[in-house]
Amino acid sequence: MFKGVYNWIDERLDITPMWRDVADHEVPEHVNPAHHFSAFVYCFGGLTFFITVIQILSGMFLTMYYVPDIINAYASVDYLQHKVAFGGIVRAMHHWGASLVIVMMFLHTLRVFFTGSYKAPREMNWVVGMLIFFIMLGLGLTGYLLPWDNKAYFATKVTLQIAESVPYLGPYIKELLNGGEIVGAQTLTRFFAIHVFFLPGALLALLAAHFFMIRKQGISGPL
Amino acid sequence: MVRFAVDPILTKKTEGTFVKVVEESKITNEPQEFKFQVHQVDGWYESDPEMAAWIAKDSQGNVFALSPVCKHLGCTINWNSQNDNQYFCPCHEAKYTKEGKNLKVAPSPLDEYDLKIEDGFIYLGPVKPNTKV
Repeated sequence: MFKGVYNWIDERLDITPMWRDVADHEVPEHVNPAHHFSAFVYCFGGLTFFITVIQILSGMFLTMYYVPDIINAYASVDYLQHKVAFGGIVRAMHHWGASLVIVMMFLHTLRVFFTGSYKAPREMNWVVGMLIFFIMLGLGLTGYLLPWDNKAYFATKVTLQIAESVPYLGPYIKELLNGGEIVGAQTLTRFFAIHVFFLPGALLALLAAHFFMIRKQGISGPL
Repeated sequence: MVRFAVDPILTKKTEGTFVKVVEESKITNEPQEFKFQVHQVDGWYESDPEMAAWIAKDSQGNVFALSPVCKHLGCTINWNSQNDNQYFCPCHEAKYTKEGKNLKVAPSPLDEYDLKIEDGFIYLGPVKPNTKV
């Protein structure tokens, strides 16, 4: 039945070459842990992407209950955590995944660094990877405020004071992120918008570039 | 859309107003913490958050009020919590003198509140850079 549907679409749109190009190619021996166990270090990039997908999915579901408003934000998080079925699990996925994605990304960066994979002709992919790194840190910062509890509020307050210490531009950066003079109602809506629309959009674009380049250039050779 | 996003920066700021805090007679040479409420407009949300000030008299008997926000990374300082007659911040152990001069860790002196005295009451206004040190 699935084969029938596939063939019907394939006859009309010729999709086989497309997915073959994306997915149908062998993993080189030196990056396959089945051949050399130490090759597991090559998995961290894929694990980062896997956790990113989990973050996007769990985050989409969290917004079914979450309200980015200073009166109701904490109450809505409390409700989805304690009253909604599997709420604790969905929120825990997002909470722990947020830390784990940073860990995996860091290990991936170490692997790329110590195998020298950033060298020519892959310099641009290193730069895009660094941009992804900063987008991830931005997602961590903006997501941290959203539960609107004491920890979130004061962590953001201190972080924005650190941003303020940037020479010349600091006060403007702070006020722009604050959406005013204090960490308040407009900061929360701003951080929510940045967390769920602006940064994920930028992240997906950069990930596309990251994957396009690795497909084009292939995985770097053995040491 | 850019103008839309940066609107909070470009809208006119409201003037700081003075708030009655405490009787002048209660102020001693030893800094004491006083709480007071300011009216705050935050977009569509208005509230009256509680603020704190450490108020004392200097050696000439002039009253001054310091902000409790540490100038290192913005935690809240306390007076004499280490029994050394200094302001102390528990986050990274920043220290300040009674006048707010930064001794350790912090890069600048504690901020000061604009202050006026009317009919024996202390009124506090907006925060400004320290003028005592």
